[in-house]
Amino acid sequence: MAKVGDELSWKDLEIGSIITEPGNASQNQTGDWRTQRPTYEHSRCIKCGLCAIFCPEGCIEPNQEGFFEANLFYCKGCGICARECWTKAITMVEEEEE
Amino acid sequence: MAKRVGIEVSRSVAIAAKLANVDVVSAYPITPQTHIVEDIAELVANGELEASFIPVESEHSAMSACLGASAVGARTFTATASQGLELMHEVLYVASSMRFPIVMAVANRALSAPISIWGDHSDVMAVRDTGWIQIFAANGQETFDNVLCAFRIAEDRRVLLPVMIHLDGFHLTHVIEPIYIPDADEVAKFLPPLDYPLPLDPDRPVSMGAFGPPYIYPEAKKAQQVNLIDSKEVILQCWREFADVFGRSYDPLECYRCEGAKVLLLAMGSFSETAMSAVDTIREEGGEVGLIKLRLWRPFPFDEIRRAVRDTEVLIVLDRALSFGGPGGPVCSEIRSALYGLDKRPKVVGFVGGLGGRDISRADFREIIKRGMEIARSGSDQEFEMFGVRE
Repeated sequence: MAKVGDELSWKDLEIGSIITEPGNASQNQTGDWRTQRPTYEHSRCIKCGLCAIFCPEGCIEPNQEGFFEANLFYCKGCGICARECWTKAITMVEEEEE
Repeated sequence: MAKRVGIEVSRSVAIAAKLANVDVVSAYPITPQTHIVEDIAELVANGELEASFIPVESEHSAMSACLGASAVGARTFTATASQGLELMHEVLYVASSMRFPIVMAVANRALSAPISIWGDHSDVMAVRDTGWIQIFAANGQETFDNVLCAFRIAEDRRVLLPVMIHLDGFHLTHVIEPIYIPDADEVAKFLPPLDYPLPLDPDRPVSMGAFGPPYIYPEAKKAQQVNLIDSKEVILQCWREFADVFGRSYDPLECYRCEGAKVLLLAMGSFSETAMSAVDTIREEGGEVGLIKLRLWRPFPFDEIRRAVRDTEVLIVLDRALSFGGPGGPVCSEIRSALYGLDKRPKVVGFVGGLGGRDISRADFREIIKRGMEIARSGSDQEFEMFGVRE
């Protein structure tokens, strides 16, 4: 597998930093500037998927049990999912230093 | 066979673009560049040059259109001056960092205000750090030759950078000079067709101008810096091969009557031709004075400058631009930095003159040299002096 992101030296770059590998934006961890993260109360979730429809990042998918959850690698913590959730199954909580 | 013709230098630039068989020209007219693009438009309209001429509503759009053309692998040319160059400013960085081999003639002109259509180097110095290769021409033949060289340098696989050829507004653009114009066959031998390695191509998709987060941006800039520094070898090689084909040779800087000179004058562009004549007169009178014509501005020729002034006591640098509130002229300040680390270095005296088309005559150059030597002798630590300004 080719080197990614912070493994690349200046000598590895294509001319003009041209990207020759399609779709490699998925390697970009957009979740690293999140200040809040969604938490879920599955007993309230009706699996309607409205949160996934509204998510501007497109990073919410059902898990193995069918509950919708955000992929925190990409989730920017905007809170739109929590705002739009009919049943108030999603609560935003502060990210805290570990 | 080359023909020697009397021709306005601007028109010779248009002919150089034609002989280079450019594919796309996008430009907006601005004095004193106008004749260059007018002539190219005419060549295209008459069917003498098979190219797309893209008229646009501003220089920002002109350079943007050049980016697009270059991205698909087209040989791309444009020209501008002064305010037009500044309006292009942000796009210039994109051209160099995306490695597009665009060639641009800049008819050097002062910046407003007060509005001035006349020549100086304020426009160039404001785009000094845009990452373009920059070459100054001192006369018509140098301008013509270096426009041809510019395509060859820019498009070399080891370079792939945009190139500016600077010619002084009016002092070069609007004068008629005898210029050797080669045949199309001769030019074709010197300048192979452009083969851009990663063009926009639906069969081989790439993303250009993508996002550069903090984890990759400095690497991109280092690559660009190394690339520009390394382009010097290719520039030198191009000039050597140009000499083999056309018999005229160029160097990053040219020393004129520097042998045994304790005092050297340094100038860029067309004014160095007048300075040569002043040096001749002083030499005839027994003065030990020489001249350095600085031709390659980016990448800056550090080694050549250091070698050229090794035995010099006083180096007088003429700038045609002012760094307001800074160390004076940009050229002088760079030369001072280049020499600072040397154990033995000349006293560097800076003058700023010839602003907004103010002429510097042969007699003025004699005065500059005389005054420069006085300042050097006095041990003054003044950064620079503005020449010829009425008190």
